[in-house]
Amino acid sequence: MNVGLTDEQELLRRQARDFLDRECPAARVRQLMEDDLGHDPRMYARMVELGWTAIPFAERHGGLGLGLVDLAVVLEEMGRHVVPSPFQSSVGLAGMTLAASGDEAQAARLLPSICDGSQLATVALVEESGRWDAGGVRMAAERSSDAWLLHGEKLFVPDAQVADRMIVATRTAADPADGLTLLVVNTAAPGVTVRPLASMDATRRVAAVGFDAVEVPADAVVGEPGRGWATLRRGLDRAMVCIAAELAGTAQRVLEMTVEYARVRQQFGRPIGAYQAVSHRCADMLVMVESARSLAYHAAWALDNDVPEAPLAAAMAKAYAGDAARSVASNGLQLHGGIGFTWEHDIHLHLKRAKWGEATLGDATHHRERVAQLLEL
Amino acid sequence: MDFSLSPEEARFRDQVRGWLRDNLDDRTREAAAGHDDIELRRDWQRRVHEAGFAGVSWPRELGGQGGTLMQEVIVNQEMAAARAPDMLNVIGLYMAGPTILAHGTPEQKARHIPPLLRADEIWCQGFSEPNSGSDLASLRTRAVIDGDDFVVSGQKVWTTLAHVSRWCILLTRTDSAETAHAGLTYLIVDMQSPGVEVRPLRQITGDAEFNEMYLTDVRVPRANLLGAVGGGWRVAMTTLMHERATLGVGLQVRSRIALDELRALARTTLVDGVPRSADPVVRQRIAQLVIEVEAMRINGLRGLSRVLQGEQPGPEGSVNKLMWSELNQRIAETALDLLGPYGTLAEGEERAPRNGRWAYGYLRSRANSIEGGTSEVLRNILAERVLGLPRGR
Ligand SMILES: Cc1cc2nc3c(=O)[nH]c(=O)nc-3n(C[C@H](O)[C@H](O)[C@H](O)COP(=O)(O)OP(=O)(O)OC[C@H]3O[C@@H](n4cnc5c(N)ncnc54)[C@H](O)[C@@H]3O)c2cc1C
Ligand SMILES: Cc1cc2nc3c(=O)[nH]c(=O)nc-3n(C[C@H](O)[C@H](O)[C@H](O)COP(=O)(O)OP(=O)(O)OC[C@H]3O[C@@H](n4cnc5c(N)ncnc54)[C@H](O)[C@@H]3O)c2cc1C
Repeated sequence: MNVGLTDEQELLRRQARDFLDRECPAARVRQLMEDDLGHDPRMYARMVELGWTAIPFAERHGGLGLGLVDLAVVLEEMGRHVVPSPFQSSVGLAGMTLAASGDEAQAARLLPSICDGSQLATVALVEESGRWDAGGVRMAAERSSDAWLLHGEKLFVPDAQVADRMIVATRTAADPADGLTLLVVNTAAPGVTVRPLASMDATRRVAAVGFDAVEVPADAVVGEPGRGWATLRRGLDRAMVCIAAELAGTAQRVLEMTVEYARVRQQFGRPIGAYQAVSHRCADMLVMVESARSLAYHAAWALDNDVPEAPLAAAMAKAYAGDAARSVASNGLQLHGGIGFTWEHDIHLHLKRAKWGEATLGDATHHRERVAQLLEL
Repeated sequence: MDFSLSPEEARFRDQVRGWLRDNLDDRTREAAAGHDDIELRRDWQRRVHEAGFAGVSWPRELGGQGGTLMQEVIVNQEMAAARAPDMLNVIGLYMAGPTILAHGTPEQKARHIPPLLRADEIWCQGFSEPNSGSDLASLRTRAVIDGDDFVVSGQKVWTTLAHVSRWCILLTRTDSAETAHAGLTYLIVDMQSPGVEVRPLRQITGDAEFNEMYLTDVRVPRANLLGAVGGGWRVAMTTLMHERATLGVGLQVRSRIALDELRALARTTLVDGVPRSADPVVRQRIAQLVIEVEAMRINGLRGLSRVLQGEQPGPEGSVNKLMWSELNQRIAETALDLLGPYGTLAEGEERAPRNGRWAYGYLRSRANSIEGGTSEVLRNILAERVLGLPRGR
């Protein structure tokens, strides 16, 4: 047993932090929040050069053949910097879904372009109900001779505004447990409309995507038709851990900002960090940050090694990280007093990112129920 | 990153499991879990030691096994997972022992370690005083040098197992400066010395595990000095660090067992024919506890990894002590909530679930956030020593 990072992983972390300190300081984040694309394609290209988009994928698909633990190292740093980027949706969500699908043909077709950054991908799952499970999928796909026909609307689709490909969860059978079919849709196809949703976190774009008689070729299926939820579940477990790692990084940064501030801000003739109402909150924040990180890395390791409790570990990591990041960000804001409530101060970027991460792919209540089910409570 | 055991470690774990399977039955479990039955618990520790599972990482010539820290952790985990009775000599094994190994003379080690491991001699810890609890450095029990002896006078309190102990690790003041850390001296005191008086204190559980201890002109030979005169604070820090770090690994597994029992309780407790586990609020609470206990486990493993890489156990150990006490209390609280009015029934009452064990556990858990450093003091340590915030007052 050795649950520390390897020297290579430490190097990766240092490289990621240096790069993002340089390329994505808060001022740059704020510019990108106003940007239509919501990210900087040049920065993305540099991340591709650094190999980040290829980290968790097999070498035969153009990847580096590393694991989720390595990806988590990078994502933690991206969380620290609240980087506006479709990296999470393309690599962590769509890419991991393809890689974990067992569908070698689709993986071979799409993963190389995700790795080399020539295409961005995302997943369209949620509909009107806001549910992150199979039961929430109503949008049907009708099978004609050699194509699927799509009608309907998906909501909260991450980074749809820049995605070239979208893995769309559709219903093809009335099955309470599954009955879904995953289809790869070209976002430029006739009938696809992408309408950005104005949301709290401008560093993470989501969209409503309309499908009006969109025709998709028969070979666009990922995995088996009618077994789409089982396939997607494996991808979602990985994507949840990616978000958990990112949230741990965000929370860590808030803790650092807060401690720095509590050391210098003086009230009543001494630094506010000398008051236990402040310092004890910081201690509790530390416990949450360390725990969120532990659970995220353990889940990443469990998924990399296919241990039986990996889905349970993923659900735990997502549930805890969602609560922890929100709570740490709220406490951090509180301890900054009035200045923490200003647009100018960076802490709200973290609070909003935390709320995004909490709500995305199911919140803590959702995943605690999943934990209860997996434990056969 | 690798959370799995090496093949040798897995073999060792299987060896521990095998021994536990052959040597631990429900009768031993129940009998030795009785808090008051000292002789049964002593017997259990002896058997564990004879099997080679006490002092696993301690030197062979002192009765240990010369094994690795990882093996020691594996033993702790397996013992707890098998719901083995607690070792009787907790303070000896986890506090006095490591402190003597770190600061003791060869004579002290040879004299004290072997009988400590076999539970032939039980240890207690005389740190707290009526006016010095969290502020340990303010203690007043005085030790005056007189020829080849220290002459000790004062009062200690909350001294666990003092009534059955042969030895006490005693923190005293040799310098008159009222509260200075520099004036403290760490002694090993023979509890059979003239002038030592122990009076039991009853706890809220009804048990009398801890005591008041009065010392009147107790003569302690110089040979029983641990560390240097005036150097007691540094030695005491070793004790406290071990109390919070090493012990934590075993504690965490105990929480998991309590949780397993809680899950079973939720499934089997029916109200009007409906199991409590069907209640979404109950499900949420239990799932949250499971997640936090898992976080505590992994935090502990990360700390342990650093120690295995050669770093000293640091103030981060306080994270786990803090988490553990809170979690243990919430597990006990949840259990009582599930049981409704039955949860308040005490041992001996026919209708009491598990003969009042849940009620007892709830009451005993109230001490968790006080013993071994209060939660407030642990938060101070984390804020000041880990986060580098200014000292509070
Ligand atoms: C939306 C908004 C509107 C406002 N409008 C007005 C207005 O119209 N007019 C006006 O005059 N002011 C206004 N204020 C200012 C407000 O009264 C102050 O923000 C508030 O008094 C806190 O002061 P501070 O921001 O300097 O924080 P600080 O005093 O620096 O506090 C920072 C943190 O330290 C904590 N802290 C400070 N001292 C202690 C202590 N002794 N013990 C424990 N913790 C401590 C605080 O609780 C806080 O968490 C407004 C603030 C906001 C957010
Ligand atoms: C079951 C049990 C077994 C024990 N066994 C032993 C033993 O074997 N040997 C031994 O030496 N001791 C033992 N203790 C004593 C234990 O270490 C002390 O109780 C503990 O250190 C707290 O001291 P105190 O009880 O004097 O409380 P106090 O220090 O008086 O604290 C009272 C309250 O004030 C808070 N407080 C104190 N200082 C601060 C501060 N600076 N900031 C914020 N809050 C503060 C505390 O957190 C607490 O809530 C045992 C205690 C218990 C409950």
